[in-house]
Amino acid sequence: MNGIHDMGGMQCMGPIEREENEPAFHEEWEGRVFGMFFTNFAEGHFNVDMFRHGIERMGPAEYLETSYYEHWLHSFETLLVERGVLAEGELEEKIASLREAGG
Amino acid sequence: MAHDHAHNAPPSDTAMRVKALETLLTEKGLLDPAAIDALVDTYENRIGPRNGAKVVARAWTDPEYKKRLLENGTDAIAEFGFSGVQGEDMVVVENTEDVHNIVVCTLCSCYPWPTLGLPPIWFKSAPYRARTVIDPRGVLEEFGVELSEDIEVRVWDSNAELRYLVLPQRPAGTEGMSEDELAGLVSRDSMIGTALADAPAG
Repeated sequence: MNGIHDMGGMQCMGPIEREENEPAFHEEWEGRVFGMFFTNFAEGHFNVDMFRHGIERMGPAEYLETSYYEHWLHSFETLLVERGVLAEGELEEKIASLREAGG
Repeated sequence: MAHDHAHNAPPSDTAMRVKALETLLTEKGLLDPAAIDALVDTYENRIGPRNGAKVVARAWTDPEYKKRLLENGTDAIAEFGFSGVQGEDMVVVENTEDVHNIVVCTLCSCYPWPTLGLPPIWFKSAPYRARTVIDPRGVLEEFGVELSEDIEVRVWDSNAELRYLVLPQRPAGTEGMSEDELAGLVSRDSMIGTALADAPAG
């Protein structure tokens, strides 16, 4: 399937930005997302191909504007709702209640 | 990277979203936060390119091992106990006087976790994924690797199953060095192919 993720050969993406002594995770939430891949997988909510496809189905503009682990998060959300693990809107409700409780 | 929105107060929108998801799954009994703590610790502290460097140093010093490594990378790497997720099917490609290998995953981020740990951001970035297959020599120059025109550059685009590890050339002047000392010359980037192995100090 062709799509924005199929980047080989695209031009004008700019220079390759490197970072010295890069940590495994730049933000705490990135590590949580990384770990959730394994726990979601272990619970049988998706396999690796479904997970990748969840990223590849992202809208092209969003794909380019979001970071690597945001792609993972997007795929989790898509698949967990599609699989009926989460109800539509359930995550937004939880975010609102956590914010109300002071984060 | 988290986006800094105008209010810019922690937690970020993304951090909050992740926290909400983890909380929901935990409440549903589908997730144990301690399991995630352990995974984060493993990939932050236990698995990284020092693993791959040991494999390379062994291949430099033990011709029989090198032969096994090039014939069946997965099994030879497993001799060190390095195996599992994202290393199930390993192919080791050897740099020689005539050939330089460089690895990319144009579609996403496939990378041999057991030997190299998690990939750096540049490996997962659009510019590297886009350009390596169309202008590998330009990419190598950007990384400070200048190869003469008569060296063939081979680009390996990872697919969903295979993971590649570059076996860099052993640097000159390292004849008397031990396996451990040699491993110290093997950088992460030299096993991706965006660097050569380091020259020995002095």
